[in-house]
Amino acid sequence: MSLPMIFRKSKNELEKGGRSMSVDVSREVPMVKCPVCTRSYIPDDIRKEKYVCACGHHMRMSARQRIDFLADKDSFTELYADLFGSDPLQFPGYREKLEQSRNKSEEQEGVICGTADILRQPCAVFVMESQFMMGSMGTVVGEKLTRLFEYAMEHHLPVVGCTVSGGARMQEGILSLMQMAKVSGAVKRYSDAGGFYLTILTDPTTGGVTASFAMEGDIIISEPGATIGFAGARVIEQTVRKKLPAGFQKAEFLMEHGFIDKIVPRSKLKNVTAHLLALHAGGTAI
Amino acid sequence: MKTAYERVKEARSVERPTGQDFITGLFKGFIELHGDRRFSDDTAMLGGLAKWKGQAVTVLTTEKGKDTKERIYRNFGAPNPEGYRKALRLMKQAEKFGRPVICFVDTSGAYCGIGAEERGQGQAIAENLMEMMTLRTPILTILIGEGGSGGALALGVADEVWILENAVYSVISPEGCASILWKDAAKADEAAKSLHLTAEDVKELHVAEKVIPEYDGNFNAILEELRGQIEQWMNKVTSCTIEELLEKRYARFRAIGSEYVKEIVSSQEDDR
Repeated sequence: MSLPMIFRKSKNELEKGGRSMSVDVSREVPMVKCPVCTRSYIPDDIRKEKYVCACGHHMRMSARQRIDFLADKDSFTELYADLFGSDPLQFPGYREKLEQSRNKSEEQEGVICGTADILRQPCAVFVMESQFMMGSMGTVVGEKLTRLFEYAMEHHLPVVGCTVSGGARMQEGILSLMQMAKVSGAVKRYSDAGGFYLTILTDPTTGGVTASFAMEGDIIISEPGATIGFAGARVIEQTVRKKLPAGFQKAEFLMEHGFIDKIVPRSKLKNVTAHLLALHAGGTAI
Repeated sequence: MKTAYERVKEARSVERPTGQDFITGLFKGFIELHGDRRFSDDTAMLGGLAKWKGQAVTVLTTEKGKDTKERIYRNFGAPNPEGYRKALRLMKQAEKFGRPVICFVDTSGAYCGIGAEERGQGQAIAENLMEMMTLRTPILTILIGEGGSGGALALGVADEVWILENAVYSVISPEGCASILWKDAAKADEAAKSLHLTAEDVKELHVAEKVIPEYDGNFNAILEELRGQIEQWMNKVTSCTIEELLEKRYARFRAIGSEYVKEIVSSQEDDR
């Protein structure tokens, strides 16, 4: 962990909708800039690199891009794409925010679910979308994930889930909090039935998502350098009035403390995922 | 009629009875049991065994403490991971010995600290959510003051959830919500209203089954009310099988929020 990686983080990054790939508008072709080393890339070039910069930083990618990169060609079938949220609490500004997020992400909600093959290993899959209100979990995300685990149980499929989230979505209040219990219940039933659940943590995975299905995988892997935690770093700093240790809440820190199984660079993620799925195929699994 | 934020202040009031008052007021022969058997004993989480009309029960509470000295000792009721692990240990014991579990919740939230993260605050809460959903014994959770986010929910996956009239249950503190959304913690008033965190709101959203009246702060009256309600609840849960109970518990949480999820009706379907 290099020092600049710790200090580059804007204090409010989760709350502002996240640090995304910045686009340099001064050139004719919008460039993708690495937020760590500031190298610039032509979009097509960095896409080929799976958004991993030469400096090793794993940039964020959209949920669709991640599915493209994980799933075998044409193997992904989306489920529950038609579900979308309302504004259950008539929370100030939430309708506009939802509309903006739909436009920005071109998705209906903060998670995409479906079935896919990963190197010919069939599975149920969910991928969260950071461009949709920082992948926050409200009633729709909770409903889609619950349905996916129920579907996987019924169809005897393993579940591969990629998390990226600022946590529970505060604009849906207590209903968002309850989604943590709802999804956890579905994961538990699926798990008790023998289902294999692989969690892939990506940057950032925090709050109520960490305190529920992100930490409930049979095997939990993470991309290098991902921020993973329950409380936000700023809140902790204010609470304890101490400087946080270097690399705090990074994937490497979590592995050191025993909370994740393995850190896998994006270039190897598909192979490792398929290998783990193959090791769980057959046997007594559901 | 109090505003939402006035209720938040009421819920946080140091004058309010804390978890240990409810335990000693409602149950006989409470014996505290310490420790998570893994790391330490979290003083913000208090638990043990007691008797309810001759029936052994497991009782748990987040505990804020009664005076400044005790509040510091109790970490102001904000548990670390070992607190949730102690709670789960005692709940698993309750399952083994067929004791109902009664949880009281009064916490601003799980503790936000360096050690808490090092020891897996998120993992500890997540594990409780999973395990409580299938714990083979009846669980009742009563929110008596602050119900702060995941730190409260970690004792909240129950067959029924009750909330005291002036208690609150929220995904985030109104101050936190206001400072994140509007960059202004002073708008906590508006945030409290928008979050729908009062007892009535929480019941209306089907997150709680009952609002327990506070009789203008007459604690004995509150205890009397709870005695009657707990009696009824005990009769109800002991008259159904554990499978029925677990099915209902799952369905209870499974249903929360679903009514607000809409489905796009595609134009093709319209044509048909």
